Order: sequence, then C-alpha cells, then structure tokens
Amino acid sequence: MWAYKLNIPSHWRLLSERYRLVGGYCENCGYKMFPRQKVCPKCRSENVKAVELPKRGKVITYTIVQTPPRGFEYYTPYALAIIELEDGTRVFGQLTDIDPSDVQEGLEVEMTIRKVRVSGESGAIAYAYKFRPLLERE
Amino acid sequence: MQKPIIAGVGFTKISAHWKSSLKDLASEAALKALNDAGNPEIKAIVVGNMMSGIINGQENLGSLVAESIGLQGVPSVKVEAACASGAAAVMWACLSVLSGIFESVLVVGVEKMTDVTDNEDMSSALATAADYDYEVFFGATFPSLNAMIMRSYAEKYNLSPEDFGHLPILMHKNAVDVAHAQLRFPITMEGYLNSPVISDPLKLYDSAPIGDGAAALVITSRDGAGNLDHAVEIAGFGSATDTLATYRREDITSLMAAKLATKRALSMAALEPKDFDIVQIHDAFSVIGYLNLEALGIVEKGKAHKFIASGDADRSGALPVNPEGGLKARGHPVGATGVYQIAELALQLSDRAGPSQIENPNVGVAMNIGGTGANVIVHVLRRIE
Amino acid sequence: MRPNRSVGIVGWGAYVPRYRITSKELARAWGKDWKKYAARIMVEEKSVPGIDEDTFTIAYEAARNAIRRARVDPSEIKAVFVGTESKPYAVKPTATMLAEALMIGGEDRLTLGADFEFACKAGSEAMQAVIGLVGSRMIDYGLAVGADTAQGAPGDALEYTASAGGAAFVIGPEDKSVAKIIGTCSYVTDTPDFWRRQLAKYPTHTSGFTGGPAYFTHIINASKRLMEELGTTPKDYDYVVFHQPNGKFPLKVAKMLGFTEEQVKPGLITPLIGNTYSASSLIGLAAVLDIAKPGERILVTSFGSGAGSDSFHIEVSDKIEEVRNCVPQVMDFVKRKVYVDYAIYSRNRRMIRMPAGSGDY
Repeated sequence: MWAYKLNIPSHWRLLSERYRLVGGYCENCGYKMFPRQKVCPKCRSENVKAVELPKRGKVITYTIVQTPPRGFEYYTPYALAIIELEDGTRVFGQLTDIDPSDVQEGLEVEMTIRKVRVSGESGAIAYAYKFRPLLERE
Repeated sequence: MQKPIIAGVGFTKISAHWKSSLKDLASEAALKALNDAGNPEIKAIVVGNMMSGIINGQENLGSLVAESIGLQGVPSVKVEAACASGAAAVMWACLSVLSGIFESVLVVGVEKMTDVTDNEDMSSALATAADYDYEVFFGATFPSLNAMIMRSYAEKYNLSPEDFGHLPILMHKNAVDVAHAQLRFPITMEGYLNSPVISDPLKLYDSAPIGDGAAALVITSRDGAGNLDHAVEIAGFGSATDTLATYRREDITSLMAAKLATKRALSMAALEPKDFDIVQIHDAFSVIGYLNLEALGIVEKGKAHKFIASGDADRSGALPVNPEGGLKARGHPVGATGVYQIAELALQLSDRAGPSQIENPNVGVAMNIGGTGANVIVHVLRRIE
Repeated sequence: MRPNRSVGIVGWGAYVPRYRITSKELARAWGKDWKKYAARIMVEEKSVPGIDEDTFTIAYEAARNAIRRARVDPSEIKAVFVGTESKPYAVKPTATMLAEALMIGGEDRLTLGADFEFACKAGSEAMQAVIGLVGSRMIDYGLAVGADTAQGAPGDALEYTASAGGAAFVIGPEDKSVAKIIGTCSYVTDTPDFWRRQLAKYPTHTSGFTGGPAYFTHIINASKRLMEELGTTPKDYDYVVFHQPNGKFPLKVAKMLGFTEEQVKPGLITPLIGNTYSASSLIGLAAVLDIAKPGERILVTSFGSGAGSDSFHIEVSDKIEEVRNCVPQVMDFVKRKVYVDYAIYSRNRRMIRMPAGSGDY
C-alpha cells in the first residue's frame, strides 16, 4: 500500500495553494474558484488568473472522522469541513483547535497552516491550510 | 437501433473469500456467465475494477482475466470509474457490440478487497475515488465525504436519524434469503441507531460492507445471441460526470450527474421513470441511496425515506428497490457492484431471480455511482417478450 | 551597539497554542508533591502545542500577526530569521517555509532567510541581525521570529516549564515604527549550563549551575553594559522584560539590578504559559507593547544557555495606538485555553508512539 505515502513533488507543486490559498479568478466572467483551473467552470474561458483567496470564511457543512485513513491516526477524531470563504469561494479542509463537539454550521473560521502529515521520524513534513475558529480581535 | 442483449450472467457469492484470489473470483464468475450464455465465441473482454493496482498490486487485469479463462488472444482491457467501474465496463461492452466490431463481449466486474486487512489501509484505498489533492490529502475518507452530504441533506429536508435507517433495514431484510448476499441477517431500527459512528453523522449501518466478489455478463448483439430464452435487452444507458471533489458542487444534496445519466438512459430507451418496475440503486451509504431515488425521478426531493418506509419499495411493493439487498446487504465489492446490479436485474427480468423474484417486471433500471456522484452510469433493461 | 540609521519595531505579533497542562497534573503523573516540588518555580500551567503544531506553524501565526500590525507588504521584507531550539527539521530552514507561506520577498523571493540557534536567546539575536541590516540600509524591512515547542524530558524538572509559543517583529526604519530601538548590547561566555547534543531528543542541564553562573551573570552583564552605554538607570524604564525560564528568576534578577516588581510584572508571562524558550522574553516584550503608551521606555534582556544575553533599549512611539488592536494580543492567547491531561499531552507531543506502519506514516 503506497496510496498514503506523501508525494513530495506534488506537495511542492501545490505549495502556493497549501500555504496561501492561491485560487483562480476568471477575468472573463468574474468567477473565483479553488483550485485554479485551466478553464473557467462557469464560462469556459481560459483567461483564469492566479489570485490569493481570503483567509476567513464559515463552515457550510462538516463531519467528524472517527475511522481515519493511514497517516491520520494521531489526529483522530478530527473535523473536516466545507468552508465558504468571504468571497464565496469554497474550499475543503480540516478544522483545528476545536473540540469536535463544538463544530457547527456557520462557525466563523480563519485559515492557518498546520502539519497535515508527518512522514515518520525522518521523512518530510507536509504543512498545509487548516481552519480554526476566529480568535479574539480577529 | 438494435439494442445489445445480455445473453448470460454469472457471479460469486460476496464474502471475505480468504481462499480465493482476484483471478479465482473473476474466472469463476466469467465461466458461469459464459456457460449461462451457451458459450458463444467471445470477441472482447472488458474488466471493471477499481483498486487492483493499489490493494492487490496487480494492474493489467484485461490480460489477467483473459488468460485465467483460456481466452488469451482475445482483446481485453480494464476500465475504471471508481465504484462505477462495473457499470462502466458494461457500458463500454454495449458500445463495442453496438459498433458492430465485436459481436459478443464478456464483461467481468471484480474486486478483491480483503487482501487489505487494516481498516486504515482500506480507507486510503477507497479514498482514491475522491480528489486526492484537495480532499484525501487533508484526511478525507470516502465515508467522511458522504457524511457531509448526509448532514447537509438531513438539515435541508429535516430528516431525523431514524429516517436514514429505513433503507438499510429494508436492504438487510431483502438479503436474508439471497444466496450470494454478504450480510444475510436482518437489522432493527435500534440496531441501526446504535451502530458505531464512522464519520459523524454517518454510522456503520449506513455503509455498505467490505467484501470480495466478481460478476460477469455476456453481452451480444441480437443476432449473436443464439438462445434468447433468458436474454434481456439493454434498452438504454447513460453516463455523466460531475466535479471530482464534493466541495466544488453548487448543491451537494443532489446528484447532478445522476440526473443527467438517467435522462440520457431514458432517452435512449424511449422510456420514462413511471415505466420502471424494479430499481437497483447505489446505496453505498443510506443518503446516497436516497439521492439515487430522487435522481431517477422516482421520488420528490427529501421524500425518499418516506417512500422506503411506506413499503412501496419492498419486493411486493409498487416499485421494488434492490430486492437482493443492494450494496448495503448483498454487498459492495466496489468494481464488481455495477455488474452485480445489472446481473440481478437480468435475472429478475427473465424470472430467474429465485427467492428474491418480484412479480413479472418488464423494465428495470440500475444506477451505479463512482465517487460521491462524480461519475454516474445508468442502465435501463427490458424483458424480451 | 547602535545602528547607523535609526530603526524600530514596525509591527509585533505573538502566538500561543491553545492547550495547557497544569503543573499539578505534571506532578501527579510523576508522583511528586506539587507544593514542595513545582509550586516553587511559580509556573501554574504551561502551553502545549496541538498535535498538528510545531515551531514553523507557531512562527507562521506570530509572523502573520506581526506583518498585519506592520502594515507592510511582505514583498518589502527582505530578511526572515527564525530563532529556535526546536526546528522541525534539524537540517532545512524554517525561515524558507515562512518566506514561502507569507510571500516574504514577494514573488521574486529575494530575501535573506536563516534559522538561528542560541538556546533561549535565538529570537533576540535574530532581532539584532535584522537591526543590523536595516540600520546599515542594506534592507528596509526584516522579520525576526522567536518560536519554540520546547522539550523537557519526561519527569525532568524542565517538564514543568518547557512550553510552546512564538513572537515576531517586523523591524524597519524608525519613521515607520511603533517603537524605536535605541541600542542593544550582547554578552556571551562559554558556560555549560544546558545543552542538547545533535541526536538527543531532550536537553541536559547541570542543575544548580543554571542560576548563578548562567542566567544571572549574563542578564546582569548585558543589561548593565547597555545601561552604561546609554547612560540610563533602572528608574528610566517603565517596563523591564527578562528571559523567563520560570516565574521566579525574572523577579530575582530585577531586584539584583534595581528594578521593581511593577516594572517586571506586565511582561512576565511565563507563570501563565510556561517558558517558551526562544519566544520567552519576546512574548514578554509583545505583551508590554500591547499595553505601552507612547513615550514609555522598555528594557528587554534575553538569556540563552551556553550562554549569552542580548539587551535592548526600546522607546514607544505615537503610532503604536493605531495598530495595538488590529490582531490578537498576548493576553488574548493566554486566555484562550483548553486543559489536557498527561495522557493527551503525551500523545500531542508524540511521547507515545504508535507502532511502525501506522500513525506518522
């Protein structure tokens, strides 16, 4: 089984998305998307530019994972959610710094960077976006 | 247009087949189907399978299966569309036959899941049906994505936990007397409600089990089918895709691709939803079963649970659903499931279904879903009078 | 030491993980009498990193807050230095990850980047390096971070204090700053009070040696020398922040230098969250900046084992009021907390390992 082994070149290629939520903006119809696609899913224009998406949003729906895939055992149980960012773009990711029982629809969250996967004692660490509840003064 | 014919069917029991390999299961089902069809000359083989590379370390199943039944030399390939791999294989076999190039095509759907013995590994393998970079990388499992759909659906249509229990309860009831089914025991609402949570709110009893199985069909042109005694017509098929990732859909509580695929299949068959006498839905998870019924045009949005609870979907009901127990209880050897569905329909439409036989059906439909609705294939079958 | 061009803190930011373990719980796990053993060091509880946190993620949160306060485009920041003794990778800089995540140096990524190590004073020396670069006009803005997920061996005395947190400072020209850095002074000696060998998981310390020859000597020397150079006395400062290995030492060294408890208390954060190592004195400074008024003066002196101290004289300017409330303050993080027991603590810190082939695969 190698499906869950961290793919380092792929992770590296995706760093701007995983660290900064870089998505796509269609200059033809104005649609914003994550990730950036070569062709706008709305108008099929190829004029899609890279754009950093807002870091705040709210939980649209969520689940609490009790039976993890390989590599996520330490983190279980954890919440996964579809997040609608302030500009309406949707992304999917883990929630962090929250007790599973406190997760609810509409929860306001902010993107942060956390460890998503750690490849053993000596392998690479994969950091990427996760979302945590807004802090005081945010 | 002359429609393709199902001339023969065969399948294994779905179970943890510790003593059988992927090849053993595939060849067993294939030989049964060939025998059932009167051993026509097979011009091509299409294998439906999702995960052999990842869980059995074996790809190139086209060659593996052909050789296993002594048909080396015959063109043979594997097609993959996640959990819809089985129906995808059937559809490509139909297209092959319709093209006129291959008169008789053998379809084999097979999945050998229990070679993976750890749940975490199985989770990772099944999750390859989702979007790796944007879902799975972050710890998404296949049940977790369906759990989000379930939560949204329950909120939107105000379903209680019990409302989701009706479907698995019916599926278990149906499977009790089905020889090839994996879970041949009834469950109660209490048992459903108390089953462990896999990914909140989705429970173990919302989910199809893990099992090994293979199912096969011989699909021919009408001219190629010698004996039409138990042949069934594939009146129409339709297929559609949606976004790979669940979060990229505008409405995760409806299956856009399933609606499109249904529309296309019905258009080809020149039939309407009211013509269905029997339905095979893809109830990998209770909520997905409900969404199937909506997409097929059988129930209104948010009403599927009432339809199931009413008894209309029972074997003796107005429109029987999954009389063999569906994915939930007959079993869900992923890449084989679509072929099981169509094989069971073919048996029903030729009055050969045994204890699960419903009364005199003429038209049946099977919906097979890959991912959380990313790839949907619908087949409409009709009795040959 | 004073730069050629006047420099100052343009933005500051802090971050403390949300989890806490009490010293009573730690004492319980090891069968110690809390009153006799742990209460004396005056650390009630300490922060514990979440299971998905490490020095990089902590540095990221702190640095993001500092940049938001600085109101500087990250492309104008041309140096990023991370001071830490708990690098996620022994070899592979945390600074480059931070640059990538925050677009420091812009799309071109034309920026200096390095990790600094000097036990608990790696963060303050990162600040000095940036002061030098900005002060010499080589760059206009630089980012200095002190962040750690400190490691105390299970059952060891350090386990009662070693915690996690970070503080970050964007340093730039004085006219853009919220607090002017007037001068700095460093003092180092070879003092074997505390170390961690290359492959050792936990540090070793020479008990009893850590106070007199190490902590007190270095802090007193650096602080005194700085005040001598600048012609100031303890009375000239509104606040004083020292490195805080525990709750006791900073108060003691303040007294030795002639400062009052009132000058120390606003920046004394360790009793609330433990010793955040490279971030310890810097979180103290951040907490003071959170409340300081224009014109007030701050003396900050760090301490790093091995050993050395960096002392800074800082004067708060008018601009501070504009940015004080735009990101969470140190006390916001201090108040945000969830207690964990020793079992969850051990799991979060991966002191309990899952069998090979599962967990961190």
